[in-house]
Amino acid sequence: MSADATTNGAILQARGMRRAFGGLVAVDVESFSVMRGSITALIGPNGAGKTTLFNVLTGFERADHGEWTFDDRDVSGWPAYRIARAGMVRTFQIPKALARMSVLENMKLAAQTQRGEGFFPALLRRLWCDEEARIEARGVELLEWVGLAKQRDDYAGTLSGGQRKLLELGRALMTNPRLVMLDEPTAGVNPALTEQLLDRIRSVRDEGATVLFVEHDMDVVGSISDRVICMAQGSVIAEGTAAEVVADPQVIDAYLGERHGEAAMPTSEGPT
Amino acid sequence: MDFGKIFSDGVREALGVNAAAYALAAIGLNVQYGLTGLLNFGQVGFLLVGAYGTAITVKETGAPLWAGFLVGILAAIGLAAVLGIPTLRLRADYLAIVTIASAEILRVLAGSRHLEGFTGGPFGIRGWAGSFYDLNPFSPGRYGAGKVSFDHNTLWVMTVAWTLVILASVLVWLLKRSPYGRVLRSIREDEDAARSLGKNAYVIKIQSLAVGGVIGALGGMVIAVNFQFTNDDFWLSPFTFLMYTVLIIGGVGSVIGPVLGAMLFWFVYQSLDSLLRQAIHEGVFGDVLTSTDAGPLRLAFVGLTLMLLMIYRPQGIFGNRQEALIDDR
Amino acid sequence: MTCRSARSRRARVLSGAALALALLSIAAPASAGTEEPAGDEPASEETINARLIDQRGKQDKPVEGVTVVVEQGGDEIGQAESDADGLAIIPVPGPGKYSVRVDPTTFPKGLGLTDAAQEELPNVQVFAGRPKFVIFGFGERLDTGKTGFERVLNLAASGLRVGLIVAVAAVGLSLVFGTTGLINFAHGELLTFGGVVAWYLSASDGGLGITLVVAGILAVILGAGFGAALERGVWRPLRGRRVGNISLLVVSIGLALFLRNFIQVIFGSSPRPYEQYATQDPWHIGPIDILPKNAIAIVICVVVLVTVALLLLRTRLGTALRAVTDNAELSESSGIDVQRVIMAAWISCGALAALAGVLLGVTQSVDWDMGENFLLLIFAAMIVGGLGSPFGAMVGGMVLGVAFEASTYWVPVDFKKAMYLGALIIVLLVRPQGILGVRERVG
Repeated sequence: MSADATTNGAILQARGMRRAFGGLVAVDVESFSVMRGSITALIGPNGAGKTTLFNVLTGFERADHGEWTFDDRDVSGWPAYRIARAGMVRTFQIPKALARMSVLENMKLAAQTQRGEGFFPALLRRLWCDEEARIEARGVELLEWVGLAKQRDDYAGTLSGGQRKLLELGRALMTNPRLVMLDEPTAGVNPALTEQLLDRIRSVRDEGATVLFVEHDMDVVGSISDRVICMAQGSVIAEGTAAEVVADPQVIDAYLGERHGEAAMPTSEGPT
Repeated sequence: MDFGKIFSDGVREALGVNAAAYALAAIGLNVQYGLTGLLNFGQVGFLLVGAYGTAITVKETGAPLWAGFLVGILAAIGLAAVLGIPTLRLRADYLAIVTIASAEILRVLAGSRHLEGFTGGPFGIRGWAGSFYDLNPFSPGRYGAGKVSFDHNTLWVMTVAWTLVILASVLVWLLKRSPYGRVLRSIREDEDAARSLGKNAYVIKIQSLAVGGVIGALGGMVIAVNFQFTNDDFWLSPFTFLMYTVLIIGGVGSVIGPVLGAMLFWFVYQSLDSLLRQAIHEGVFGDVLTSTDAGPLRLAFVGLTLMLLMIYRPQGIFGNRQEALIDDR
Repeated sequence: MTCRSARSRRARVLSGAALALALLSIAAPASAGTEEPAGDEPASEETINARLIDQRGKQDKPVEGVTVVVEQGGDEIGQAESDADGLAIIPVPGPGKYSVRVDPTTFPKGLGLTDAAQEELPNVQVFAGRPKFVIFGFGERLDTGKTGFERVLNLAASGLRVGLIVAVAAVGLSLVFGTTGLINFAHGELLTFGGVVAWYLSASDGGLGITLVVAGILAVILGAGFGAALERGVWRPLRGRRVGNISLLVVSIGLALFLRNFIQVIFGSSPRPYEQYATQDPWHIGPIDILPKNAIAIVICVVVLVTVALLLLRTRLGTALRAVTDNAELSESSGIDVQRVIMAAWISCGALAALAGVLLGVTQSVDWDMGENFLLLIFAAMIVGGLGSPFGAMVGGMVLGVAFEASTYWVPVDFKKAMYLGALIIVLLVRPQGILGVRERVG
């Protein structure tokens, strides 16, 4: 099944990814791909290796081996900042708001290829003044879009957990990414805000970017994802539409195994 | 008790060469720690390489003094690279230990008798800064008002040192308000977030260490030129802690903080010394304290101040209170 | 300012060094209190007073007729022969650094320095307006007839002693770091506290005159109390205010500056040995000559380290300590009283540090900055062994101690400190988790 998925429609393709900590194998993925222009959910029980996979793909953690391409470019082993610059931008499970910077500064930071970020050009305001104004306008626009316009001058450290998730989303979009990777975007977000957030995620896709997100809430997964990938014990065990994956016996066993406190790997028979 | 003398002693030190040198060292720390969040506990090592780079170049090669200054600056950049390239990938507190250890290694080597031919060992290097004083535009005499006066040579060193302080402060101000400064602060707040947004945190941290190190090295040169001398005793590890005290008094992250922090530090430090010495001399403390106790007593006072500031006023005098109150994890 | 008036005389003369030292001592707490108001005191009160003592018997005897030479930068400043009191007084031109050596050709028959490496003291610091005392201890000529290998063995034995003492101190630091995450720069002062308290308890002149063994035990108990007081009075309230670890580290620096200089005011700036066990005849164990007090210090350290290890492994409290070190939040939720465990860590830390201080005092001497001088070595031991692992700290201390004392056979003594700090840096780079540490999982 996964072989079919890795046709030219994939924006991210990975092969033979493995990452172990000591004796514990956190990620061991034969093949993994994300279709261009889709919203893909990555699900799986706790400890399935979803976040580690995120970390490895985005250069935050080293892979023991494996290679992956983004937009047909081999980005295996690239450092995190280069991967982000290539257009693959992630958020974090526990949002990393830059606490002692204002909300707007958080946004402005995320703009790419800023001239004023060079040491010497920074000293001459003339060189980056116009660029800064453009970035600020874009930042304000995105803040309105995520609903944080009123907080633009507050310290990001004063935001609530849900607001931080929104800020992170806005900040990620500020980079003009082609693939946004959201690690549990709805965790800790209150239901009203969740609806708004999902709305935003949909429109990100509609504007042409691809979304990959880790999620636990199956209602959320069912409501917005085009495709679902399920991991357990470090491996991809199922892939397809939400309905298909939820019905997959291996997936059910994986979640049941979690409930029993141990991983009972399935045989072929499954419940209806 | 002569309070006029206590006050004028304090003012003299607040304006003096030491305050300027401390200001430079603290401005450098402010770039590293205040803006970028790097825990450099070996700033004194940067001062050391600035001083020794200059002194050894002039003494060994007979090069002009400006060439010595250039070597001192390059040595600071080199030290930043040597410290930063391997360590800045590690945990933040590891940098603290590596930097303090490196500064101490440099000091031990500088004071070693086995390198005496090169560094002068414990006896140091003297008599290499004469050409600096040849440029002195002030005619011989004393300058100043009332009890606060300086001789022409001291005034000359002060002029240059405070000019450097102003230039360094302007540089920090320009950096801080720029997008570059924004990247520095993002690394201070959360390096991973900065990396996830395409910022090459590693390279920028090395740059920050180097910029702060060079400013610190200028402070080291000021001290050494002022004495026309350097040896290992100038550069003991606790010196770095005094620089942190200066920075925290002034306000971490503020542009003017380290400058006013240094002046205030020296004013209080010297007045306290004067006060204690007079009090001891006049027998206020009876037999309990002798004149040799004034030095340690005021250092104990510095330690207490550092603790209390950190606890009750972490933003210092000119820092941002609201900012300081946000949990720094 | 002391320097201002003198500066006008333009310091191209010798006093340049003195001035530099005086002013820079402001920058350098370790030599604090050295500056004197210019003009208030006569310029040339400074002398180097060398005391030469024969430590063979129960009572020290003066050594007469030995030539003592003072040099600076290779130039001889002066020399004198020791008098009937074993005293040689050499006037020096001013404060600064001098090297002092004894001339072995003038030694009385059969006598040698107890430590041959001390024939020349290269860095004698003379402070303004005060005589500087240096001591040359004499005993049987020990080094004669020893092969190179035997000398390395002797160095290793003294390395084992230093390493074990460092290990004792490092275990305490490690327990606190493990349970609270605090990198405590005031740890050195806990050692000094122990050493100084034991001095005051044991000294017959200026102290209570309690016998040293009892005084040492009392010092350890008071050290434990001091650790507890710091935890209760400083660290716990600060944790309660949610002060970050970096800020706490800076607080500990302030605390260290305060304690160290406060101790200096009380104790003074010259080193003082304990009266008891000051001079002993060495035991000869095979090729190794060792002073009984040093041998006993080694035994005490081993016993204490083994006890601590057993306590950590076998008792409920030890298990709780290790659990909190592993994961404080998880331990809290599984019913461990984390605050109590941290208190236990601080009590152990204070006691172990005080013990290390007393043992340093016994084997060397008590000094107001003795702890500070050992602090980086203790950090090094903790990191080399594995940050936060008490067992790692034990191993790290012993490895560093033996390796670097023994290395002084090949490498000049004044490089020793540079070498262990270099080793610390290399370990951090190559194996940041230390010898016994486990690589932590990121993210």
